[in-house]
Amino acid sequence: MQFGIFTVGDVTTDPTTGRTPTEHERIKNTVAIALKAEEAGLDVFATGEHHNPPFVPSSPTTLLGHIAARTENLILSTSTTLITTNDPVKIAEDYATLQHLADGRVDLMMGRGNTGPVYPWFGQDIRQGIPLAIEHYALLHKLWRQDVVDWEGKFRTALQGFTATPRPLDGVPPFVWHGSIRSPEIAEQAAYYGDGFFANHIFWPKQHTEKMVRLYRQRYAHYGHGTPEQAIVGLGGQVFMRKNSQDAVREFRPYFDNAPVYGHGPSLEEFSRETPLTVGSPQEVIERTLSFRDYVGDYQRQLFLIDHAGLPLKTVLEQLDILGEEVVPVLRKEFAALRPAGVPATAPLHPAVLATREV
Amino acid sequence: MRTTKLVAVSAGLSSPSSTRLLADRLLQAARYRLAEQEYAVDVQVVELRDLAVDIAKNLVTGFPSAALREAIDTVTGADGVIAVTPVFTASYSGLFKSFFDLVDPAALTGTPVLLGATGGTARHSLVLDHALRPLFAYLRALVVPTAVYAASEDWGSGGDEYTDGLPARITRAGQEFADTVAARPARDGGDDDLVPFEKQWADLRLD
Repeated sequence: MQFGIFTVGDVTTDPTTGRTPTEHERIKNTVAIALKAEEAGLDVFATGEHHNPPFVPSSPTTLLGHIAARTENLILSTSTTLITTNDPVKIAEDYATLQHLADGRVDLMMGRGNTGPVYPWFGQDIRQGIPLAIEHYALLHKLWRQDVVDWEGKFRTALQGFTATPRPLDGVPPFVWHGSIRSPEIAEQAAYYGDGFFANHIFWPKQHTEKMVRLYRQRYAHYGHGTPEQAIVGLGGQVFMRKNSQDAVREFRPYFDNAPVYGHGPSLEEFSRETPLTVGSPQEVIERTLSFRDYVGDYQRQLFLIDHAGLPLKTVLEQLDILGEEVVPVLRKEFAALRPAGVPATAPLHPAVLATREV
Repeated sequence: MRTTKLVAVSAGLSSPSSTRLLADRLLQAARYRLAEQEYAVDVQVVELRDLAVDIAKNLVTGFPSAALREAIDTVTGADGVIAVTPVFTASYSGLFKSFFDLVDPAALTGTPVLLGATGGTARHSLVLDHALRPLFAYLRALVVPTAVYAASEDWGSGGDEYTDGLPARITRAGQEFADTVAARPARDGGDDDLVPFEKQWADLRLD
């Protein structure tokens, strides 16, 4: 099983100091966080993609290419690649290039994006979100698998005799996850292709995740890719840890209360009860994370959100130390012991990556 | 004996509340009419006051608490809905609107709805027609022709030569609503809304 972190890339004022990092600082800090993730023994770093303030990651392959050059083992991924508003041809080219530079340490996650104005800014219509995701991904899938592509679709200029270069490393396209909170169409799409399904699993109650993963597993089997248990599932999660539970709660509360997404709403305690957010000791995070398995089954990837809401870099790096030293080693062992034979331990890794590590 | 489920949503804030009183009277009128037609009527009232904080939190987080989820499911699962609000600043109350903002816009399509409103003066009575009706038209609900407005004075007066008194208006509205509920086919079990990939793909190729 793979463990890692995913970032939204928000530039948020630290509510305890009133200080707002510059974009430059936020980008550099993101790199420091990724490098620390490798040092702490985590497997994956994933970045979001946004095209509006207060977010900095508008150019994920530039960021990931830089991190690739400064790491050895870390898998570089996205926690959203906007399949709706990006040109699938450019995605094919950018991520194939990144895959070569990173010697195969690349996968990516398709998402639609829910920021209304981004669609028209990129010449699209949010009401066509799902059809765009379906058609654009069909083209991307083809571009990575056929050397010469003829294509006519509803949304994009036709392609006749087009070859996306570079070709994927060793002819193996990057593994793709499809992320969605509540759209069954996307679980269905992931199942159809035999791709991975990633449940955001941060902001919403577990019932949504449970329902979507169950649907994805059933349909994965329906399309003949394996048994439902063999489908490739990833989950998000959100944690904040200190040695003593009470210290974690005390320190995280101002960040929670002022967080851009859910702040000024429910209490930290209510939100922790109703969503997977876990604020407490490393042992509490271990127990909560193991409980995810009770409603999604054995899964292949766990990503934690640890760097949002204005948390300072120093704190985030400390969180990575705790994850790397106290949490992930235990989770690796426990999940492996529980996982039945025949259920894959990870999403398919690129052969070039597989050759360098034991799984 | 057939069974049917009626739910009243009351956005009254005081206790006791004349909005709740009107909701109860409308429910009772509908229930009598349906009982005459040999229906077993299951009646529930959703008091939005009890859910006010949960509604605000849902607006912030995007998902409902367990109690609010149950209330929304109760309303969207009803065979008929009676929606009653006090008039605040020339319209339905913000709490009333916020609750219906959280209901899936398609969830009340075709559901019979009876509208009611309360206020301190009869001068607001057209709120039924210029605020409540458009809201439920947007939701594609089947709003019955008679809606009931109860001003404070209506609780202590009868009709006159031009207008029926409140009890007669409640009875007429309840009967229209009950007959509309009785005429509707039973709700289906709510199929899984999965669209197979091949169908999603085919839909893209149509034009």
